[in-house]
Amino acid sequence: MNNLLVLPFLIPFAVGAILILFSKRIGTQRFLSGLTAIIMLGVSIYLLTVVRAEGIVVLEVGSWSAPFGIVLVADLFAAIMVLMSSIVGLLCLFFAFRTIAPEREKFYFYPFYFFLLTGVNGAFLTGDIFNLFVFFEVMLISSYVLIVMGGTDYQLRESLKYVVMNIFASILFIATMAFTYAVTGTLNMAHLAERVAELEQVGVLNVIAMFYFIVFGMKGALFPLYFWLPRSYFGPPAAVAALFGGLLTKVGIYAIIRTFTLIFPHNLDFTQPILIWVGAITIVIGGLGAVSNFDFKRILSYHIVSQVGYMVIALGLYTSLAIAAAIYYIVHNIIVKTALFLYAGTAQRITGTTDLKQMGGLLKTHPLLGWMFFITGIAIAGIPPFSGFISKLSLVIAGFETGQYVVSGIALAVGMLTLFSMIKIFMYVFWGEQKHTKAQGKIKVGDLLLPAIPLVILTTVLGVAAQPILSFFLEASNQLLDPSIYIDSVLKGGGA
Amino acid sequence: MRKQARASNLMLHSITRVVTFVLLAFSLYLFFAGHNNPGGGFIGGLMTASALLLMYLGFDMKSIKKALPFNFTTMIAVGLLVALFTGVSSMLFGYPFLSQFYEYVNLPVLGRTGLATSLPFDLGIYLVVVGIALTIILAIAEDDS
Repeated sequence: MNNLLVLPFLIPFAVGAILILFSKRIGTQRFLSGLTAIIMLGVSIYLLTVVRAEGIVVLEVGSWSAPFGIVLVADLFAAIMVLMSSIVGLLCLFFAFRTIAPEREKFYFYPFYFFLLTGVNGAFLTGDIFNLFVFFEVMLISSYVLIVMGGTDYQLRESLKYVVMNIFASILFIATMAFTYAVTGTLNMAHLAERVAELEQVGVLNVIAMFYFIVFGMKGALFPLYFWLPRSYFGPPAAVAALFGGLLTKVGIYAIIRTFTLIFPHNLDFTQPILIWVGAITIVIGGLGAVSNFDFKRILSYHIVSQVGYMVIALGLYTSLAIAAAIYYIVHNIIVKTALFLYAGTAQRITGTTDLKQMGGLLKTHPLLGWMFFITGIAIAGIPPFSGFISKLSLVIAGFETGQYVVSGIALAVGMLTLFSMIKIFMYVFWGEQKHTKAQGKIKVGDLLLPAIPLVILTTVLGVAAQPILSFFLEASNQLLDPSIYIDSVLKGGGA
Repeated sequence: MRKQARASNLMLHSITRVVTFVLLAFSLYLFFAGHNNPGGGFIGGLMTASALLLMYLGFDMKSIKKALPFNFTTMIAVGLLVALFTGVSSMLFGYPFLSQFYEYVNLPVLGRTGLATSLPFDLGIYLVVVGIALTIILAIAEDDS
């Protein structure tokens, strides 16, 4: 029993509720939310150290013992994800202070921002699949509000699609849980894992596994169901787009990795090719989408789709190194993608547009933005010494080790497309003739870039200090690959 | 048009005056019946909201706002905090989050009464449900005028 586990979602929830009371006082809201985000970062670092030292931490909420009550479980993977969400939450919040219009701030921006983090952190920490659904809903409902807030025509049109898409996914999710319960009689993940192993994952259980894959794939923007993402992430302000782009799809990927390592790892002959090929098609589609677009935010959104594919391929390869690569990829992508969206927001602040063809020459007037973008851009394209290189390298090595040469080749080839689209942004936005006015050229953006600096440092550190970090992620991946550790700590060791 | 609507409201007025009390009383009953019987904060809250809504329908907005000077958005926040505090209070005594406790106590008027910590939790839910239902409905209603 360790009540530490509730803090990552209890703190934002409580603060979100308190912030409702101060909805008209922007100063108070900013102070409270900034303070909270810093505290959350501290708590999540502490949680990670505790999990590292003591192994998997379990809390049986309300003293109801597992598998009857709801459990919260933090293994290394979950703790890493909570840490990432706190980092992104903190930095996007500080970016929001500078960019969000006061009308939005008065209209409950901060409460919903924290309710979103509540849902995200809860989804990472829960050990019960129904509870996972609940936290998904908390996250989604807040995201509906954040994505539609402001109410421009474009936002309304695209967020309607976003909402309909996600409601459909939620209905499917709940139906799948009904199937799961009908077949296994439990919704506790550890208990479920035990029972699926006893039943041997065949027939209807494979169908259920695929249903979960579809549901989480829809939230994570995998191949056939990715189309909502580039459109809906285009509408909201940069701070929100950065938070969504960095974090939300990864929650879907987290859920896929969790279910397919813990509950459904027993029929790899069936699941492996599906995961790998869906991932491969996803990266190709995402890469092509990025190449064919001429809008800063849209290119970045298509990159999200493409990167998500790499993570699913890594899961499909299903070796210790591959899963470590998946975790590396998620961490790298959360950092880099958030930073890139922040640059898009900064460039938009300067030039008033995100259309590449109407931008140019930013490097002359805003060199810091240009070079920070350059570092992050080549990091995402996978050029050493930054984090993208290590994640892609470990993925490709894992691919060769398991004999998946075609998929590894596709992964490398699409890397070229990513590089190409990054260079395209760089050439159009930062090189060429200056297309913004002199007055625009004098706009100071140092305070906007401040939140992105830690991200640039992180991507460099992740790349340079790859050895210790990768071995740490290998530790996490070995924990994932041996579900009995998780099951035992929930069902046997978790008693208060 | 407007006047006609007023005139035919006599029925609604008279019924509202009576029914509101029945609804409010029943919603309180439901609220306290929860925990071991059907009822609880959610149902009780919905019923209270419907009683308040009936008052809004029967009379005009302004006079009800005068009679019920609550800010329903604040009510949501307070409800959330009450429910949260109940969950956290068990943590302060070293039990897991949301642990609940039950005890029989001899109260002056009621005699031997079962007191559960889930009651304040339900109170929080009750406030949230009333707050949210009325915020949504009033937002839609005010949009019209």
